[in-house]
Amino acid sequence: MSDAYLELVNSGITKTLATKLGLPRPAHLRRTDPSAVDTPLVPGRTLVIGEGPDTDAIARVLLGWDLDVHRNAPEGKVGAVVVVLTDLTSPEQASQRVRALGSVLRSLAPGGRVVTVSRAAGPEDEPAVAAVRHGVDGLLRSVAKELRAGATGNGVVLGETVSPDAPSAVGALRFLLSARSAFVDGQFVRVSTPDGAAPADWTRPLEGRVAVVTGAARGIGAEIARVLHRDGAQVLGVDVPAAGESLATVMNEVGGIALQLDITADDAAERIIERARARYGRIDVVVHNAGITRDKLLANMKPEQWDAVVAVNIEAQLRMNDVFLAADGLAPDGLRLVSLASTSGIAGNRGQTNYGFSKAAVIGMTRSLAGRVAGAGTANAVAPGFIETEMTARIPTLTRQVARRLNSLQQGGQPVDVAEAIAFLASPQAGGINGEVLRVCGQNMVGQ
Amino acid sequence: MPNRPSSPTPRRAAVIGSNRIPFGKAGGAYANASNLDMLGAALSGLVARFQLQGERLGDVAGGAVLKHSRDFNMTREAVLGSALSPQTPAFDVQRACGTSLETVTAVANKIALGQIDSGIAAGVDSTSDAPIVVSDRLRGTLIKLSRAKTIPDKLRLVASIRPGDLAPVAPDVAEPRTGLSMGEHQALTTLKWKITREAQDEIALASHQNLAQAYSDGLFDDLITPYRGLTRDESLRPDTSAEKLAKLKPVFGKGLGEGVATMTAGNSTPLSDGAATVLLGTDEWAAERGLPVLAHVVDAEAAAVDFVRGEEGLLMGGAYAVPRLLHRNKLVLADFDFIEIHEAFASTVLTTTAAWADEKFMVEKVGLPPLGRINPAVLNVAGSSLAAGHPFGATGARIVGTLATLLARAKKDRPDGGAVRGLISVCAAGGQAVAMILEAA
Repeated sequence: MSDAYLELVNSGITKTLATKLGLPRPAHLRRTDPSAVDTPLVPGRTLVIGEGPDTDAIARVLLGWDLDVHRNAPEGKVGAVVVVLTDLTSPEQASQRVRALGSVLRSLAPGGRVVTVSRAAGPEDEPAVAAVRHGVDGLLRSVAKELRAGATGNGVVLGETVSPDAPSAVGALRFLLSARSAFVDGQFVRVSTPDGAAPADWTRPLEGRVAVVTGAARGIGAEIARVLHRDGAQVLGVDVPAAGESLATVMNEVGGIALQLDITADDAAERIIERARARYGRIDVVVHNAGITRDKLLANMKPEQWDAVVAVNIEAQLRMNDVFLAADGLAPDGLRLVSLASTSGIAGNRGQTNYGFSKAAVIGMTRSLAGRVAGAGTANAVAPGFIETEMTARIPTLTRQVARRLNSLQQGGQPVDVAEAIAFLASPQAGGINGEVLRVCGQNMVGQ
Repeated sequence: MPNRPSSPTPRRAAVIGSNRIPFGKAGGAYANASNLDMLGAALSGLVARFQLQGERLGDVAGGAVLKHSRDFNMTREAVLGSALSPQTPAFDVQRACGTSLETVTAVANKIALGQIDSGIAAGVDSTSDAPIVVSDRLRGTLIKLSRAKTIPDKLRLVASIRPGDLAPVAPDVAEPRTGLSMGEHQALTTLKWKITREAQDEIALASHQNLAQAYSDGLFDDLITPYRGLTRDESLRPDTSAEKLAKLKPVFGKGLGEGVATMTAGNSTPLSDGAATVLLGTDEWAAERGLPVLAHVVDAEAAAVDFVRGEEGLLMGGAYAVPRLLHRNKLVLADFDFIEIHEAFASTVLTTTAAWADEKFMVEKVGLPPLGRINPAVLNVAGSSLAAGHPFGATGARIVGTLATLLARAKKDRPDGGAVRGLISVCAAGGQAVAMILEAA
């Protein structure tokens, strides 16, 4: 789906005009080139701000990726700034590092990155420690809103037992620095355990993994299949029989298996397992992407409109997860469950009581599952904001134009942006991230 | 028949799976789709279902009855347009309505002989995109024109074209040697075997009801991939009834006498568009890829009758092919859990089964003992061509895919582990028929 406004303000005389008038100028976002994944990882030099062993450890990780790492503001354009704040114990200690960040923001390259690394504030912390740790929350979200030209600001938040070079701390940092996180802005990725493993090849982290994707025939689901395949996974795509033609096209593109079935059927998970076991002997990743909308104001909603959305968007997932988690030896390296939530399930949306309920229910389910699978897998969710799909293309033009601009990046995201976040959460380097809801919304103004 | 090879063959080809597109009505959903388009779509769904992208298969056999001359290498073209390895060879076959039962036989035989270990059998037909040819006289003139060297010669040839030469010649389903359409031929057979209108309508009703039931049971979830917005066969009428069928006026056999015409649009197959494919291989080839084996191809038989001099009905080939096939395999009708008789017309099913049970016919014409009455409960249990439609080249592959799935399901439910068998009989133009035995794996 094209965004004509974005094209207008980025070319020719309309670009000059938009600049003079001070109109919002959404930028072309830096996205992954499938023929050169993660190359370059960041669009310029990398500045690491901070002191002490945590900062040193992070700088070593970045050097290991052959980045041009600087500990003091370099000349010229800066591709990424990593601000390490893990050692701070009171708010006044933040001043110097924050000002160091401020001094380079004007040199940030288009598509640049600001990533904070901090520790989670907990009820056990001293008040001053908790204050500075949680202060990062408001700092980062505000910085993200000041960035321009497709640059984003996000944070990695480490649990008490997680060192800054733990697999998932490194995995989250790399994801946020890379083009993979193009439409993730103003968000924190919380790493709660030292679990996870660095992949043998960072550009193909899902090599040898088997991923099931529901709703894989079109839109976001098709893009999830493509990105998982690009990252090395074998994909088993599921969609309703009526969507079989496009499902076959997508699966032939990614060398996957097309399985036509309705996920609300009682034996849906059994049939998926049967097919996956016969072909691969395993399932490593399940992406619950299939979902429907039946928008109506609650006062006008028919029972079947409510029931259909709830049946597909949450009940089917609950039933299928029970079967997947009970299956013996299905996921030798731990099962990764990733569900599609929505900002409608976080902030609500007029006309979407059924959808909002079902997507908030997905978040509730994900947090519960996280405890159940801890140590033997993860359960996470991705909450897309305004994404350019066939579904959002049906929104009336003016409403759509406004909806697109209501975020820090002033544009809608692409299906691939959601797919990238899902592929990350499914990857070995995200094994220490559990029970999280990662928003892919360009820092939408609604909700957190 | 002592000189015929005896079954079982050295190794039996496995039916691994199948895919077809929903069958459309002539001029319906696929009005603008060519044979190549439809065959490609059916192939694409098969490749995706069984993850055959990039695979070099042993062979692909396909065919169509109504074929444009530009499609001389249709199946190979479909393979090249698919996600299969471009190194997969392919060939075209044509045996009228038995075309894709013949392609299944051809691929299964190659597998049985050890020449290949995997292959696809397919068939397709379009009555919407049928080839229209020019008159013989115009064709002759055009060929001469292409060879003419001088301008006066060319002008003379152009001037010789008459308006009458320009009328296009569309293909029809009339037999070249008798000039009778298939329906008129079958009307003669129907009358000869005294088949009633009620019995025919009963077959038609069961076909629609059984096909609709099979759809709601999810039988086709792994057998069909939607195409061009069609998710079910366009001819299927789940809500038809005996009363509705009884109201239809006869369309064939109207010249045979007062009140004897019984064949209507309801109990005759509609002209259709569609394509179907079957994936075959050895058990080992399937196991290596984690693919199921639904059934094995046990044996097949083709037969033909002398319909030209009126010795036999045009579509009675099945009355000869099946008894011979059963005799060679030492099987009787009661050995089969499923019997699939292609419903060219409802009365084809009835005349064929009546012949099997008729002692005089069997002894005098076939030279074998009668097969006895067929159990109606095992006949076309998931519907057949009256409801699904009948794109000539695609029907055999449709039946093999459906039957193999039915066999695999029945085998699951059979605790005693006994053999579960299925029989197929497909009549074809030219007085021919092809029959096949499948056995659940």
